[in-house]
Amino acid sequence: MNELKNIIYNCRKATFLIEKKQLTVLTLREKVELRIHLTGCSICRLFQKQSIGINRMVHELFHSAQHKELKLDENYKKKLQERIEEQLDKN
Amino acid sequence: MSSQKNQETPPTDTAITDPHHWVQNHADYLYSYAITRINEEDQARDLVQETFLAALERLDKFEGRSSERTWLTSILKNKIIDVYRKNSSGLGKKMVNLTVEEQDQDFFDPYDGHWKKSHRPEPFGIEDHDPLMNKELNSILKKCMQKLPALWLSVFTMKHIDDETTDLICAELKVTPSNFWVIIHRAKLNLRACLQKNWN
Repeated sequence: MNELKNIIYNCRKATFLIEKKQLTVLTLREKVELRIHLTGCSICRLFQKQSIGINRMVHELFHSAQHKELKLDENYKKKLQERIEEQLDKN
Repeated sequence: MSSQKNQETPPTDTAITDPHHWVQNHADYLYSYAITRINEEDQARDLVQETFLAALERLDKFEGRSSERTWLTSILKNKIIDVYRKNSSGLGKKMVNLTVEEQDQDFFDPYDGHWKKSHRPEPFGIEDHDPLMNKELNSILKKCMQKLPALWLSVFTMKHIDDETTDLICAELKVTPSNFWVIIHRAKLNLRACLQKNWN
C-alpha cells in the first residue's frame, strides 16, 4: 500500500509511465497506478496530452520531410555516379 | 562476384540491382533519409556516398528479396547508427549514469516527486488539436531536439522515428534497458519543456 501511495502522489513516476505506455505495454500494476495518479493529477493529465501530441508532431515532421525528398546537388550526384562507375570498372 | 571486363552484358546480379542508375534512382531519397536523421548536410552526403560504395562491395549479397531501395536504405541505416554511436560515446553517456533522482531533480521535487512549480506543464497549444505543422513550429521542434544530449537524441530518434525495437537500440547504443527508459523519459521532459518555452 505504501508503494501505491507513492505513485499516487509522485509525478516523476507517473510521467515515466506515461512515456513507457506510449512505447510498450504496461504491467497491470503500472496501469492501475497510472490511472489512479491521473485521476487526481491534472498537471500530469496535461503532460500526457502534450506528450502524445509531441510524438505525433515528431512523426509527422520526419515522415513528411521524407516525402518531400530533399534534393542532392546535381553536381555531387554526377560525381557520385562517376565514382560508382569507376568502382564497377575495377571489379 | 561478377565477371570482369564484361561491361556490355551486365552480370546476373546487376540484372536485379542496377548500379548504373543508383544515383539517379535513389540518391535523393537516401539523402533525405539521412539528413532528417543526422541534420548535417555534409555528413549526410558522405553517408550517401559511403552507402553506394559499401553496396558495390556486397553486390553479391543482394538477393532481390527486398527492393533495391530497401536494401540500400538498410545499409544507410547501419551507417547512421554508427554515427549515433560515435556521437553519443562522449558526454551523453556520463549523464545517463546519474541516478534517476539526480537527473529529474530540476523538474521534480526531490522529496515527494511533485512537479516543481517553475517546471509545471502549462497549455501551449498542442493539447487538444493537432497544431498546424507550419515552418516555425517545425524549426522549433528541430531545434529543441538538437538540444538534447547526443545519446538521448539517438535513442529518441531510433525509437520514435525508425520504430526500432528496444532490444536493438540497447544493443547498438550500449545502454541498459533501464537506462533506455530513463533516457526516453528524460528526453521527453526536456523536449516538452523546450517547446513550451519557445513556442508563442
